[in-house]
Amino acid sequence: MDFEPSEAQRRFRTEVRQFLAELPPATSAAVHDSGTLHSWSVHRAMAERGWLAAAWPADQGGQGRDPFEMATLNEEFARAGIPIEGWLIAELVAKTLQIVGTEQQRREVIPAILSGEILMCLGYSEPDSGSDVAAARTRAIRDGDEWVIEGQKMFTTMAHEATYVFLLARTNPDVSKHRGLTMFLVPLDAEGVEVRPVHTLGGERTNATFYERVRVPDSARVGEVDGGWDVMMVALAFERQPAAAGHLLHLVDRAIAWARTPGADGHAPIERPEVRACLARAYTDLEVSRLMGYRMTWLTARDVLPHTEGSLAKLFSSEALMRAASSFVDILGADGLLAGHGTEAPADGWIEHEFRHSVVTTIYAGTSEIQRGIIAERHLGLPRAQARRAST
Amino acid sequence: MDFTLSTEQLDLRAGLTALLADHSTPERVRAAEPLGFDPALWAVLGEFGFPQLASSREGAPAGLAELVIAAQAAGACLASAPLVETVVATRLLDRLGRTDSADLVTFSPRPAVAGVARTVPWAAVADRVLAWDGGRIVASRIGHDADCPKQTMSGLAIGHVDLTGATVLASGPEAAALFDEALADWRVLTAAGLVGIGAAGLRLGVEYAKTRHQFGQPIGSFQALAHQLADAATLVDGAELLVLEAAWAGDTGSTRRHGLAAMAFAFAVRAAGQAADRSLHAHGGYGYTMEYDIQLYFRRAKALGLLGSGAGAATDAVVTLALADTDEGRR
Repeated sequence: MDFEPSEAQRRFRTEVRQFLAELPPATSAAVHDSGTLHSWSVHRAMAERGWLAAAWPADQGGQGRDPFEMATLNEEFARAGIPIEGWLIAELVAKTLQIVGTEQQRREVIPAILSGEILMCLGYSEPDSGSDVAAARTRAIRDGDEWVIEGQKMFTTMAHEATYVFLLARTNPDVSKHRGLTMFLVPLDAEGVEVRPVHTLGGERTNATFYERVRVPDSARVGEVDGGWDVMMVALAFERQPAAAGHLLHLVDRAIAWARTPGADGHAPIERPEVRACLARAYTDLEVSRLMGYRMTWLTARDVLPHTEGSLAKLFSSEALMRAASSFVDILGADGLLAGHGTEAPADGWIEHEFRHSVVTTIYAGTSEIQRGIIAERHLGLPRAQARRAST
Repeated sequence: MDFTLSTEQLDLRAGLTALLADHSTPERVRAAEPLGFDPALWAVLGEFGFPQLASSREGAPAGLAELVIAAQAAGACLASAPLVETVVATRLLDRLGRTDSADLVTFSPRPAVAGVARTVPWAAVADRVLAWDGGRIVASRIGHDADCPKQTMSGLAIGHVDLTGATVLASGPEAAALFDEALADWRVLTAAGLVGIGAAGLRLGVEYAKTRHQFGQPIGSFQALAHQLADAATLVDGAELLVLEAAWAGDTGSTRRHGLAAMAFAFAVRAAGQAADRSLHAHGGYGYTMEYDIQLYFRRAKALGLLGSGAGAATDAVVTLALADTDEGRR
């Protein structure tokens, strides 16, 4: 048992903090206000430092950093409020391709991701399939050496910046739903692809993407024909990182700074018992979220894929984030409704912002209900839920 | 960072769990009520080495990392014995460079008021009580007068102790620091007990939900019920991690140890409370009857939280940690 960060982690943390401190002060607000949680200038600066490939081995141009160093990188960016969603999505696709991609995909796509030239987006959800993602109806029909894709995807975040969509399509409608899916890497500039913006409560732009007779070569296929579900399982294991813990860290930091600043009456909010109670609870939840995250990192470092541990971390940290944001905004009283960064809003608007944004963390990458189902079945050994049994 | 439990921890867990399975059955727990003390169990734990294994007089003492494993195992079977408080007292006496001739020394987690330490766990059966009384650490005289309430929520041999004639063990700033250490020990170890209670209480609900059928289904297959148990399991899991970190912080002398102990206590109170409550609810009407064991867990989880003045009592220590972490740049 050891809860001390490693020497490498400490050194890297200092380096990352230095980098973040050198960014223009308005970067965080500007990236959030743009609605796209990705900044090409930050991305290129990260590429220059070799951080986009930080986790990759040296022979692939990487830095060979361990999972704890990578967790530190994520945590520091989150704490500074610098969104790196573009990189995170691209990297999870790169990691997935490394395991299940073809030789050609590994040779052509991974280096382009790691050098910072291209981004990826995920094409899983559809208008009629979210949690039940295996019910995807977007079709891919074989035509000689090509596939013809027809359908619609929802929540294809980053599609307006990305080069490829990692797209789950139905290739066989005659078998059980999990068995008739295939994964493709579809270029977003292919003829017949249309990207339309969808604006969200948290201020982020996501997209609906439409595919009308889009032709891709068979070399765009990832994994076996009808083996898309297995490919997605690999990708999902990389996605179930508790991003909410980073947001909670950012929120708590901003709330503490606000609570320590004397108000018009000359008293700092931190003197008030209800503020202290709220902060104590959020801070405790933050510690638990971080521990659950570190346990996932520790398992990953030991080459164990965290399954139930990932669900526990994801469920707890996202629910804790929502709870904390809601309590902090309550404590602000009527001032809590003032919004915007660089305005009169308390805590530079970050509490109000997180109150709206936190909602999505309990929805994406497996809703809280999906996580509870996994915990009930795999962690507690409860019988499979009714609704799921009926549908499979 | 490493979450692996040591061989010492695993051996202790296995040894104590086996022992308690024989000597702290639900029947024994019931038989010890209303006082809540089982002398035969205490004798068995004494042979096992409690509380002396926490003392440096017997060679290298067990650290908090091992003691939390013991407290968790004891909590899981609701041991009717003063394991946590005697260990806390032993560690405090050790730090004071003292030994005590009394057999059973307990610890009051709340300060005395007007010379009386109220609702002290195990005071009804202890030879002495260590307490914080007006800026001093005192030990009640052997065979102190304890006023013992006849009815309590969950045993724990509660007593109010008159500290007249008590021996002063320490005073001044040094005493305050030592009491803070002891209180942190108590919070971590009680939190560990609560994790045991939460996990075992939850298991009862889970097992019941797997076997109880309604509408032709095991009730555990209904999401309305399963998801409540999953939420409680998530809290218990988090509490266990926090207890391990707090124990590690105590053993390594980390400056975060008091704040982590406070967090572990407050979080474990929440976790065990929710686990026992939801598990009882899963039992339906049977959970409300005295026949089923879940009510034992339900009562004990709440009572232990109250001994430490509830989940909110630790707020100041947590806020202090939050501000200190912020000033130190958070590692």
